[in-house]
Amino acid sequence: MTQHPARPAIHRLFRFQWEPAQQAHVLLYPEGMVKLNQSAGEILKRCDGARTVPQIVADLEAAFNASGLAPEVEAFLEMADAQNWITWNTD
Amino acid sequence: MDTLLVPPDAMQRRPGPLWLLAEVTYRCPLHCAFCYNPVDFAQAGPELSTEDWLKVIREARALGAAQFGISGGEPLLRDDIEILVREARALGFYTNLITSGVGLTEARLAALKDAGLDHIQLSFQDATREANDLITNTRTFDLKRKVAAMTKAAGYPTVINCVLHRTNIDHLDRIIEMAAEIGAEYLELANTQYHGWAFLNRQALMPSAAQLAEAEAVTERWKARLGKKMRILFVTPDYQTKKPKKCMNGWGEVFLSVTPDGLALPCHTARMLPGLEFPDVRDHSIDWIWHDSPLFNRFRGTAWLPSTCQSCEDKDKDHGGCRCQAFMLTGDPGATDPVCPKSPDHALIDAALAEAEKPGVARPLVFRDPKNSTRLGRAF
Ligand code: SF4
Ligand code: SF4
Repeated sequence: MTQHPARPAIHRLFRFQWEPAQQAHVLLYPEGMVKLNQSAGEILKRCDGARTVPQIVADLEAAFNASGLAPEVEAFLEMADAQNWITWNTD
Repeated sequence: MDTLLVPPDAMQRRPGPLWLLAEVTYRCPLHCAFCYNPVDFAQAGPELSTEDWLKVIREARALGAAQFGISGGEPLLRDDIEILVREARALGFYTNLITSGVGLTEARLAALKDAGLDHIQLSFQDATREANDLITNTRTFDLKRKVAAMTKAAGYPTVINCVLHRTNIDHLDRIIEMAAEIGAEYLELANTQYHGWAFLNRQALMPSAAQLAEAEAVTERWKARLGKKMRILFVTPDYQTKKPKKCMNGWGEVFLSVTPDGLALPCHTARMLPGLEFPDVRDHSIDWIWHDSPLFNRFRGTAWLPSTCQSCEDKDKDHGGCRCQAFMLTGDPGATDPVCPKSPDHALIDAALAEAEKPGVARPLVFRDPKNSTRLGRAF
């Protein structure tokens, strides 16, 4: 799953948005809402179906002036995939 | 990554509702005998106007509500739900239409999609007038098939809810098979909750223990066969499992429902409860209703619980169960839910279950329609 050339996107059953009342990014879906912590929110924000995982990692490292984020991002995406929050764009 | 379900925040003002359920009308082309609407729905006041609903939507969103459900009755009988969806969606709500599908045309669907509708839940009916045979099942499924194909083409996943009861539960194998044929991604099999019309019809609707066991076995077989292709959720009946449910995830904690005639409720069946004043959304702000109204504070938390529950370690888990069930069965809305084996009234449940085991008893159904509603003139 993790060395996919594919580009993650939010699953169509979910909507990702900033929720002012929660002061957090959330995923909305028919049965409820998942409140995301900051790093989860920053990763999912970049799951736009256009960027590959390495691109997302590079983007995050640049934005937060950090390095070595790949394992954390990959682990999160694996979990997000298992939860059905994301799908993989391959075309 | 700690992803959390909305946590109650201890230090600040209590959070607002997460859910807003708009029951926009009691009118319905169907007559389900398991309907949870109040039996006396025909006596309800006039329906809220579009403007009233828009006010409710805006005020609930300002309090932090993120889920907007539209149900009824059959919500498609109102011609303004596109307007409500558009406003809710623009404000950031996740919008969900709960419909029987009756009356959903291509044009209507396109308008709803354009308004930003996120999700459609098709409810499957049975136990209509002619419903005890498979033929009616099939006819209903023809409609669902049409509607599902239409919504699928519009990009919506097919999510079906089917209420199970004594007269359709033996057809479950065929029901699941047809849902799979339709291409449903998600099927919720909900055993009847005995509220409103369903309580009135409880004897006719309650399956025997053997029927229920068979239904669970059938469900398991299909789950194994279909795997991720179609997720199936089997909602167990609390009478049989004897597990009180934390109704609405706690009174006044996450859920706000508004009736067609404008009463704000902490649960969609609470209007039957005696001795309470139900705030009208035209007279009060949603903020006041949620935080300050006596109704929403009446059964909030656990401090009000009866002594049976006060001394119980599960009280935070279930808050003593369902208030409406406690009232319908014992006459006291503040009693321990009788489905709990520790309830002093639990014998009432065992009696109802024993009744369901008796063979050869005539079990006539009373159908939900305005004539029966007026004739009966009571809440359940
Ligand atoms: S349960 Fe049946 S009768 Fe009741 S509102 Fe739904 S479709 Fe109408
Ligand atoms: S006694 Fe009350 S708190 Fe304990 S399990 Fe029963 S209903 Fe729940």
